[in-house]
Amino acid sequence: MIALLTRDLRLAVRAGGGFGLGLAFFLIVVTLVPFSVGPENMLLTKIAPGILWLGALLACLLSLDRIFALDWEDGSLDLLATSPLPMEALVSIKALAHWLTTGLPLVVATPVFALLLSLPEAGYFPLVLSLLLGTPALSVIGTFGAALTVGLKRGGLLLSLLVLPLYVPTLIFGAEMARRGAQGLDMTTAMMMLAGISFGVIALLPFASASVLRVNLR
Amino acid sequence: MELTVQDLSVTRGGVPVLEGVSFDVAAGEVLILRGPNGIGKTTLLRTVAGLQPPLSGHVGLEREAMAYAAHADGIKATLSVRENLAFWAAVFGTGDIASALTSFDLAALADRAAGGLSAGQKRRLGLARMVVTGRPVWVLDEPTVSLDTQAVALFAQAVRAHLAGGGLALMATHIDLGLDEARVLDVGPFKAKAPDLDDFDGAFL
Repeated sequence: MIALLTRDLRLAVRAGGGFGLGLAFFLIVVTLVPFSVGPENMLLTKIAPGILWLGALLACLLSLDRIFALDWEDGSLDLLATSPLPMEALVSIKALAHWLTTGLPLVVATPVFALLLSLPEAGYFPLVLSLLLGTPALSVIGTFGAALTVGLKRGGLLLSLLVLPLYVPTLIFGAEMARRGAQGLDMTTAMMMLAGISFGVIALLPFASASVLRVNLR
Repeated sequence: MELTVQDLSVTRGGVPVLEGVSFDVAAGEVLILRGPNGIGKTTLLRTVAGLQPPLSGHVGLEREAMAYAAHADGIKATLSVRENLAFWAAVFGTGDIASALTSFDLAALADRAAGGLSAGQKRRLGLARMVVTGRPVWVLDEPTVSLDTQAVALFAQAVRAHLAGGGLALMATHIDLGLDEARVLDVGPFKAKAPDLDDFDGAFL
């Protein structure tokens, strides 16, 4: 399992691995928003948590179809399926690798990007915490979507359509937590819900992903 | 160790392609499947390797005993030859890749990026993966595609070494490997009858 994780991380940072893709997309969204909504600090401050969450979610979505597609194309997915690794472990590792290469960099970079949207000082910690809690759910749900569409040529469109509704609860509670934190309100409920969603999908979805992957490999 | 396949029927895309296939391969034996294109050799091998369930019938060994090699070699272009092989060795829980590298004459290429290899060299890397799996049953689908005569001889040698170690092999191939002891099974007679398309399900096939 460690071998698969290190291989995926190594592939991600080598040429053509797409490591910076999500991060660059996030940067583009965040830098363009002030241009499109105007330079009013008050307005930016107000929408900053929502924009940052939306940017992170879309950046995450962008790299989902790479989770299984590359391994499918070169045949490694078939070979991994016949290896001693259980399919559930395989999809969990894939989700973890996706989070480490996409979700975690977003979380780390967010404070810098938040500066561009003049997020109030009180909002930084809740925002980073909410992304830290929420992005694993995005990766795990995305892995499920990728497992559903593996083997489809240009499956990216279908994947986005399948995954978007599943992302909505995470987005609602994540952005709500960040917004309440920025306004100095109590954010416990939203945080609990967000953490609940994350832990729930981490515990349950790998089994679903593994079974759809088995069916898709036939 | 013996691979017994009884009365196996396999489907591709929901359509039965072969039915009633039975054979057995004992340790130290190699069975070569022959048959025209599209007859279902790949489907049969995938079913035996446990990648898809049979329509009916029985494969007598656990999929944990099998190592499968398909048309695609599962090679990552940005990793070196050594890294590719070491990855599979780690996944299968075996450590030694040096003997696999030498048996397919890859030692000189070990630090080259796999993306820069020729088709034949990639194939040799894909076959070297079979050695590092350490599994007793090799299921090989057209293993000699894009190999030159010298590499085919290397492959035959590796298969012999595998058989001598108590392993067995099942492969689909059209060329003569020089394995005199190999048995040949023509899968043509097992071709499934055309499915009955009159029923509701048939309309979707």
